[in-house]
Amino acid sequence: MDDLLADFLTETAESLSELDTALVRLERAPDDQATLSLIFRLVHTIKGTCGFLGLTRLEKVAHAAENVLGRFRDGALVPTPETITVVLAAIDRIKLILAGLEATEAEPAGDDSALIADLNAVMEGRAPGGAQAAAVVQSAAPVPEPPQGERAAAAGAGAGTSTALPERMEEAHSSPEATTASEAVAASEPAPTAESAVAAQTIRVSVEVLEHLMTLVSELVLARNQLLQLARLQENSPFAVPLQRLSHITSDLQEGVMKTRMQPIGNAWNKLPRLVRDLARETGKKIELVMLGADTELDRQVLEFIKDPLTHMVRNSADHGLEKPEDRRAAGKPETGRITLNAYHEGGHIIIEVSDDGRGLNTRRIAEKAVALGLATEAEIAALSEQSIQQFIFRPGFSTAAQVTAVSGRGVGMDVVKTNIEKIGGTIDLRSREGLGTTITIKIPLTLAIVSALIVEAAGERFAIPQISVVELVRAGGRSETRIERIDSTPVLRLRDRLLPLVRLSALLHLDSAANVFESEAFVVVTKVGAQSFGLIVDRVFDTEEIVVKPVAPILRDITLFSGNTILGDGSVIMILDPNGIARAVGLAATGSAERTAVAEARGDGSMEGGITSLLLFRAGGTEPKAVPLGLVARLEEIENDRIERSGDRFLVQYRGQLMPLVPLSGSFDNTSAGRRPVLVFSDRGRSVGLAVDEILDVVEDRIDVQLVSDRPGIIGSAVIAGRATEVIDTAYWLQLAFDDWFRHGAAQQADRRPRLLVVDDSAFFRQMLAPVLTAAGYEVTTVETAEAALRLRDQGRMFDAVISDIEMPGLDGFAFARAVRSSPPWADVPLIALTGRVSEADLARGRAAGFTDYIAKFDRDALIAGIGQALAAQTVVEAC
Amino acid sequence: MATLELDRQTRTASGTGLRSAAVSDDTRDVFVTLTVGGQLCGIPVLVVRDVLGPQMITRIPLAPREVAGSLNLRGRIVTAIDLHARLGLNRSDLRNAMSVVVEHQGELYSLLVDQVGEVLRLDPDLWEDNPPTLEAKWRALSRGVFRQSGQLVVVLDVAAILAI
Repeated sequence: MDDLLADFLTETAESLSELDTALVRLERAPDDQATLSLIFRLVHTIKGTCGFLGLTRLEKVAHAAENVLGRFRDGALVPTPETITVVLAAIDRIKLILAGLEATEAEPAGDDSALIADLNAVMEGRAPGGAQAAAVVQSAAPVPEPPQGERAAAAGAGAGTSTALPERMEEAHSSPEATTASEAVAASEPAPTAESAVAAQTIRVSVEVLEHLMTLVSELVLARNQLLQLARLQENSPFAVPLQRLSHITSDLQEGVMKTRMQPIGNAWNKLPRLVRDLARETGKKIELVMLGADTELDRQVLEFIKDPLTHMVRNSADHGLEKPEDRRAAGKPETGRITLNAYHEGGHIIIEVSDDGRGLNTRRIAEKAVALGLATEAEIAALSEQSIQQFIFRPGFSTAAQVTAVSGRGVGMDVVKTNIEKIGGTIDLRSREGLGTTITIKIPLTLAIVSALIVEAAGERFAIPQISVVELVRAGGRSETRIERIDSTPVLRLRDRLLPLVRLSALLHLDSAANVFESEAFVVVTKVGAQSFGLIVDRVFDTEEIVVKPVAPILRDITLFSGNTILGDGSVIMILDPNGIARAVGLAATGSAERTAVAEARGDGSMEGGITSLLLFRAGGTEPKAVPLGLVARLEEIENDRIERSGDRFLVQYRGQLMPLVPLSGSFDNTSAGRRPVLVFSDRGRSVGLAVDEILDVVEDRIDVQLVSDRPGIIGSAVIAGRATEVIDTAYWLQLAFDDWFRHGAAQQADRRPRLLVVDDSAFFRQMLAPVLTAAGYEVTTVETAEAALRLRDQGRMFDAVISDIEMPGLDGFAFARAVRSSPPWADVPLIALTGRVSEADLARGRAAGFTDYIAKFDRDALIAGIGQALAAQTVVEAC
Repeated sequence: MATLELDRQTRTASGTGLRSAAVSDDTRDVFVTLTVGGQLCGIPVLVVRDVLGPQMITRIPLAPREVAGSLNLRGRIVTAIDLHARLGLNRSDLRNAMSVVVEHQGELYSLLVDQVGEVLRLDPDLWEDNPPTLEAKWRALSRGVFRQSGQLVVVLDVAAILAI
């Protein structure tokens, strides 16, 4: 049988039995409004569903009955036993039809016109009299025949009951009393049959009962675990075998009860097609909603929790994400936008993706809004990657809709979605590409009641970490090859060529008796929250255990590092750690204040497009290597300690006939001892600054992929270079330490106005590196992150003597930028220099064609300075002509 | 005066055992006595759910100083409050502490005390308000004093104690 029909029958059978009692109650108390409303509602529902299923005969009867009930409800008619009788007759007819429906899956044929006429008569207020009663009887008369046939066919050999019907109907025939007729019909088989066949296969149980069952099972699981733990301590326990059996049954029971709570996720989706349709009409868009994996099952409690967030996200996609048909056409996309919902299981969790192929998030607008809201400064924003900026939409009070629309701007933002998802131990992740669309991925546990957790120990205390956020376990130290390294006092772990920030659990929880205890051997629980990963250093790792999450006492609720507590198999209480809370506490989460890793990513991305770079590795203060791009260094020198002179708080050395300021990278000099000290010389037009280091280690070809941003001045961050955690120094900072001197000389020799340069590069790393170098070369430097920002400066009327631009940038790339610059007057003649990681003949040609004056490889410092000089000189010549 | 000696090792105070002693009359006058820092105190028997011997208590990091940890009472998690700390006394050795489990707003809390005494019906005529000179910490957490023969019984205000 069709599922829909089966559901309908079950549901209607329930409604009908309720109706019978309600009608009888109404007869006794005709002015009982509550009962009247109930009856009206029930009949109305039946009618509505019939119409939906195309059951016309049923619908007509229900409709006529509803009309009468409507009059009762409005007070236009007072229910009398006579009128109630007619309604009951209609109910019985409905039951009869349902019986046929159940047997043959089609409405039995039959004529209800007499009954309907009767109902209409009642509705119109004609006094029901003998004729009325007769009419009722008559109306019942034509019915028995078809049902009898139906029933006989359906019941087959069960003829006993099928014969009872016509007999009873005949009784009804002969009886002048309509009540008898209706009772006869009511008493006849159809209704009970309906209940016994389909209705009996499913029963409705209140959610409360199920919740209670679940709680009991959870407790049972705990008790079982406790017993098992005890039994393990005893060998050859006579309890072992029965206990094993108890354990199995408990597991089965747990599974069974869980199953009763499982519902297909489609249940949370069934309102969405309508919602999307309405939204499409409201906004004038064409939207196609694709739902995949609707039969993926999850706990109904979880389902309830995600219903609203899901609706919100779909609404967002339809309202903000997708473009209007004309915009889509202009963007070369099909007119009909597509929203895809996809649900699937993955290792005890459910993954739900909501994606659209719309315009994607407008990173620039998010950044502007973030600045406007004071969530970040422009400088901070400039250093963030696109993905990190997008994370701002999860901040409270953040709505990207420029104007509040009736559809989405309801004051509920993505922050609420995120909070709701996190509340049930889920995680949410967002990926968006401008112009291509947005995908939001939610990962949630199958059930809230019982979760799988990893039990760890720190400082002698045990804690549970929900398995959902644990990515992997790493053993560090001891015989393991992996070691925990430290940068200053910050522990990091090198994991597959990435640096993983580490958090010591005992320190986080203030459990350390002595600060800075550093274990030789420890375990790192690699934890992922959203897009951020971090490692929790713990002393020991035990098993994973199924735990029942219980809320903590009210006086402990404000400790955000815990999501609950539970009782372990051994009977002890254990706190459950909340990875989201930990990430926030250490400032790693996107909602936290410091987007340190995000900054790192941004810088890392920047250097990646530069590809492999020559790096000078050296040591200065501490044992860990430091690095600087070789292109920035003019020379490497060794200077005798006793030649270093002190002037005030500055150090100087006579170098090539001039006094060169020396900056000790390690913080101080020990110039009393003899010996030589390696110095990196940064030099320009005869002026030099020396960075004194302890030891030059190597020159390697590697990429700078800064993964941990340092908050110490002078250090950009840490990267894995040549397989070791290495600090990349911020040359800008060190050169600035000597800048007074540097600038005085420079300025004195320069004309009044220093040539102005605009540097366009999406990588904060390069902007930071180029700015001091160019400033030192006597230019006034302005840096922007995007070509769009550069063009805005042009539109604001800013003038530059030369523009230096990266080629590969998000949004407008270098070529497009060059064409835009050349296309309109103010900057049309400004020298334009391309900076790129790769220089080939084809690139050169393409760059020239786009309007670049020169093409210079990144990190080729001398070539860059020379190139700018030439370009400016050429320009001066042109202007002079 | 109805008295009932409690078994100190196991629970007996819960359920009927304790109630029956009190059921006879107005139970508002019946108190469970305990000692904390040498002082005899009383807690209304109606809020007491259990009396426990020394328990294994799990520490809760970052919790207020007065929270000693949590313990498992037949499958329910009970937050243990160190009554010494709460009253500003020196922290005692909690390993031998006994627990008076009280219910407050649907949650169970265990008050860690030195000794649990008996269940006493106290004569309302012997009631006195807190002496105004009582130390502030005590005054905030006690409702009054019974002048028992031989010693004073300070009646603790459970709601105030749990308002940490």
